[in-house]
Amino acid sequence: MSASARHSLLPLLIGAGFVLVPLITGGDVYAVNLAIRIMCLAIAAIGLDLILGYGRLVSFGHAAFFGAGAYAVGILSTHGFTSAPLLIGAAILAGAALALPIGAVSLRTRGVYFIMITLAFGQMLFFTATSLSAYGGDDGLSLPARATFLGTDPFGSPLSFHYVVLALLALVYLGGRVLVASRFGRVLRAGGEDERRVIAAGFPITAYRLVAFVIAGGIAGLAGGLYAEFTEFVSPAYLSWQRSGEFIVMVVLGGTGSLHGAVLGAAGVVLLEEWLAEFTEHWRLIFGPLLVLAALAGRDGLARLLGRGKP
Amino acid sequence: MSLASCAAPPVLQLQGLVKHYGRLRVSDDVWLDVAPGEIHALIGPNGAGKTTLIGQIAGEILSDSGRILLGGVDVTGERPHRRVHRGLARSFQITRLIGGFSALENVALCAQALDGSSFRFLAPVRRDAGLNATAIAALVETGLAERADIPAGRLSHGEKRQLELAMALVASPKLMVLDEPMAGLGKAETQAMIAVLRRLAGQAAILLVEHDMHAVFALADRISVLVEGRIIASGPPDAIRADTAVRAAYLGEEA
Repeated sequence: MSASARHSLLPLLIGAGFVLVPLITGGDVYAVNLAIRIMCLAIAAIGLDLILGYGRLVSFGHAAFFGAGAYAVGILSTHGFTSAPLLIGAAILAGAALALPIGAVSLRTRGVYFIMITLAFGQMLFFTATSLSAYGGDDGLSLPARATFLGTDPFGSPLSFHYVVLALLALVYLGGRVLVASRFGRVLRAGGEDERRVIAAGFPITAYRLVAFVIAGGIAGLAGGLYAEFTEFVSPAYLSWQRSGEFIVMVVLGGTGSLHGAVLGAAGVVLLEEWLAEFTEHWRLIFGPLLVLAALAGRDGLARLLGRGKP
Repeated sequence: MSLASCAAPPVLQLQGLVKHYGRLRVSDDVWLDVAPGEIHALIGPNGAGKTTLIGQIAGEILSDSGRILLGGVDVTGERPHRRVHRGLARSFQITRLIGGFSALENVALCAQALDGSSFRFLAPVRRDAGLNATAIAALVETGLAERADIPAGRLSHGEKRQLELAMALVASPKLMVLDEPMAGLGKAETQAMIAVLRRLAGQAAILLVEHDMHAVFALADRISVLVEGRIIASGPPDAIRADTAVRAAYLGEEA
């Protein structure tokens, strides 16, 4: 099979899989909820893949933008807003708006320093969230109600939630494909391979990376907002560095720079977590080494990725 | 007044460039002009400061003092990517290509930089007929058209050198700064490269940094000799060949 055929067949299969989950399982709530969780995280992972997979910038603060979207929905909900477009729009905006200053500062650095500074910003926002005493502080806050849309209840039942998130996932995926193939995407991809070359070609590469970073932040915000609607709950844990790490693992596990790989990676991580958690509550002890092995064995092992960080 | 004195200003003027690394003066009051359409060779022994000087011209290294003018415009403080838009193109001593891109895409990337904004997010760039046509033309010029679809990483060393040249050329620059384009080339490849450069000379001025003396004397209209960060001689090839200071400092090693 040619590379291009694989590039369009696999995403179709993945999409079909998500369409069929509720039908195959007869609408089993556990299975459908699992699929919703995977899709929410997959949306965020696609955002990360744009900058990590194509731009080769290892952002270790992606959960901050995910959390920003979740808190935007949570906070607006507690103030009585229920319009789904408003809440989701606010989530996207929150992620993007936060990514702008963080990206502007972080993108001045390279390689390991970029990882460290994005991690530092992520932690800063994590502790900011824990100090939001009006909105639950450490404990987080529960959403008083789910969002509505024109009198309907899109997030009301698992089934309609499933297809709404699936539609948004498809939209983000296709949007990502278009972006990567555009003029902008070419500059971003080339910069991931050789920054000096791209500057010598006449591009202010940092500006392009910043735009990609903000887009990725907005996508993570969307994912976080949906996740808040899904769990009807928001807490600082959404912004934890462990979650940032999980996003990286999803992208790397699925194969960087393909977008649908991020979706597979999200599915892999969530299913593995679920499966291991059945055996032992110390599942992370097994999960961690498994991920390290996967990263080392994979063609896009972390080591190779980090080696690219240097200009 | 003669016609020549009314002509365009030099495409490149270096006026008293200085760069220190600690106490070491790597560029020591460098003055140099490149006239339009000229091939100006910059030679000098290893460690003379040639690569630093290229870095200063390209803007990757900021000078401690002195001025750099491109086409009469002071660009001393400008960032590297801005200088490209003023008509400067460069190649690297060690080939820098986007290995995962095809040869065509590498050249098209450079063409894209000078074709309006690249903050365009929708149209698929691979099917951009305008960019591709421009890129193909540059590949034809450097004799690489048949390899357009090969990933740059899989080209031979000589082809990579040609590709770098095409990437510089596609920008229709006023000045190309070429850092050892013959490095690592075989005899036949060097001859081919000399022929290509001679052909390109009409389109853009070239500042040629090169160790291959045969190529330098075959191509250069003028030669400047850099030794320990200073230009010790500058003039037509015959004058440089005859210059005793140059022979002592540099050519003597080989002659």
